Amino acid sequence: MQSPFNEIDPGARDSNSLIAEFREATKRYGDVLAADALSFGIRRGEFLSFLGPSGCGKTTALRMLAGFEVPTSGIVLLDGQRVNEVPAYRRPVNMVFQHYALFPHLSVAENIAYGLLQRRPRPDRADVARKVDRALEMVRLPGFGPRRIWEMSGGQQQRVALARAIVNEPKLLLLDEPLAALDRKLRREMQIELQTLQRQLGITFVLVTHDQEEALSMSDRICIMRGGKIVQSGSPNALYDEPISRYVADFVGKSNFIEGVFSHGPDGTGRILTPSGQLFEGRVSQPLAPNAKASLSIRPEQIELTHVSRGGAEQVTVINRIFLGEHTEYLVRHAALGDLLVLVARQAEASEGGFAPGDTAFIGWAKSTALILVQD
Amino acid sequence: MRLYALFVYVFLYLPIAVIAIFSLNAGRHASQFTGFSTQWYAKALSNPFVMEALWTSFVVALCSAIIASIFGTMAALGLQGMKGRVRVLADALIYVAVMVPGIVIGIATLIALVTLFGWINPLLALLAPEGRAPQLAMGYGSLIAAHALFSMSLVIIILRARLAGMDRSLMEASADLYAPPLATFRQVTLPLIFPGILAGFLLSFTFSFDDFIIAFFVAGSETTLPIYVFSSIRRGVTPEINAIGTMVLAVSLLLLIVAQLILRSGTRKGGR
Ligand SMILES: Nc1ncnc2c1ncn2[C@@H]1O[C@H](COP(=O)(O)OP(=O)(O)OP(=O)(O)O)[C@@H](O)[C@H]1O
Ligand SMILES: [Mg+2]
Repeated sequence: MQSPFNEIDPGARDSNSLIAEFREATKRYGDVLAADALSFGIRRGEFLSFLGPSGCGKTTALRMLAGFEVPTSGIVLLDGQRVNEVPAYRRPVNMVFQHYALFPHLSVAENIAYGLLQRRPRPDRADVARKVDRALEMVRLPGFGPRRIWEMSGGQQQRVALARAIVNEPKLLLLDEPLAALDRKLRREMQIELQTLQRQLGITFVLVTHDQEEALSMSDRICIMRGGKIVQSGSPNALYDEPISRYVADFVGKSNFIEGVFSHGPDGTGRILTPSGQLFEGRVSQPLAPNAKASLSIRPEQIELTHVSRGGAEQVTVINRIFLGEHTEYLVRHAALGDLLVLVARQAEASEGGFAPGDTAFIGWAKSTALILVQD
Repeated sequence: MRLYALFVYVFLYLPIAVIAIFSLNAGRHASQFTGFSTQWYAKALSNPFVMEALWTSFVVALCSAIIASIFGTMAALGLQGMKGRVRVLADALIYVAVMVPGIVIGIATLIALVTLFGWINPLLALLAPEGRAPQLAMGYGSLIAAHALFSMSLVIIILRARLAGMDRSLMEASADLYAPPLATFRQVTLPLIFPGILAGFLLSFTFSFDDFIIAFFVAGSETTLPIYVFSSIRRGVTPEINAIGTMVLAVSLLLLIVAQLILRSGTRKGGR
């Protein structure tokens, strides 16, 4: 397993550029290890996402930052200070809750002013009102202040929750699946808005999601989690192009996997011997032992689909065709390798001609685009 | 089946209706209706014994309801913080407490208080040797204590339901927005459970105002309205008694309806 720090360049590791840091932070609920010795830093001003399947410990990590959970062992640092036992109300951190958690007995404006009004000495009323108005404008709800919470739609409530957090100008904004309850179109809109807002405010955002598209499109950096651990962290591009395991390749984007037994090839390349006896070459980025079980990962857009066989192509039957606008997604069946996904760009399809279900076709890919990964 | 249901309702409500109707009877006999009049209401309300009993009932109901609301709320909040088996057991015990027959509570409270007084009174006598030491006895104090004790379970049950239905993340959101626990309680928890507290208060008031059995045991020399009614019935049922009964019924029903309305509107707004 790689060190969790491998994505952080040495300069970024000094505590000044890190707004928050976990050092071997562990959270145990009875027998469940919700966070398993997490060690990583959150850089000042970045948009970081925790991505992983349900129950992998994303919320737990976030709640340790917010101050709702005290780590069983290890250290949580905020701005270089150990904050393990510092309660939530003393942390310069705000959270947007999954179900918004807006106060039903307060108006929209009162909800947003709530955090400001807890400050001592009490802030100036006019000042609070001005900040609330500005926050409402920022989330594009000007004039909604006097409304009651239940008079707002789901998307509007989401914006109020966001305004209630950012109005306090926190050092760290935590978002626990903030868009999960919204429909697709609204979610897309809010994603763009969140991103814009983050750039404008310069606040560090930490987002929890199990929607890989959301993480890929919004984040500067993503931590892929599994079973309370961070499996890999890096920029969306790095995770997509250089996943360190099959789990990550499967979680970030779509991929085709050809399983088999690993052996070393020339010049640091590797080979996969499939159960059907075929040998495939690919790049190797992580050390692998000979005869280890491994997977060859090929992204759908790296596969070329042709009507006539070129050198080294595999024969397949077209099963299904889905038109996606600028791309067409084909599901093809190979006698030994099973079903594969192929993404054909519009131009390529125009020059090669389309394929219909039932057609015989050929697939091929550049060896350098195939990646041999540990199966975990 | 429908006929059967009808009979049940008739049996349930006929006696009450009879009381209400005969309270408006012009004649003095409870057996035949001789004309419409409100004279018995006037008579009941000008009877000094009735008024004194009414005052006693009112004071006891008010005090016990206030005490029950405060301590019941605190207990419910405490229970909310508990977890696992202890909480299940505590919850079960609260329901048991409500089911215990009034007569058992009455006797138990009586014995407990008499024993307590048996210990405290000699001590008080020691403190003031001139023989003018205040002596604790049954009366307002014991009435209020016994009613508050019982009503507390009512308040706890109502508030437990409300707290359980409350989104825990609201409290976390408040803490996240820099409010210390006490500020969170004042600004979020209390406003959200207040309808429950108010409903609990009204139910407690109604219970105490109507209660006869517990009061009978611990009232000492005091006379509450139900005790007055009971003792005057031994001299025969007069329309005056009917009038008192009808008034008590009306007040109770009104309070119960108000409590229900508060609880309902509270849940609607409290929901997400
Ligand atoms: N308060 C708790 N008590 C006991 N176990 C808990 C508690 N909170 C979380 N867990 C367990 O810890 C593990 C991680 O939970 P967590 O909520 O962090 O997952 P998650 O990644 O946020 O999942 P999801 O995507 O479903 O929200 C899960 O197995 C969960 O059952
Ligand atoms: Mg979660």
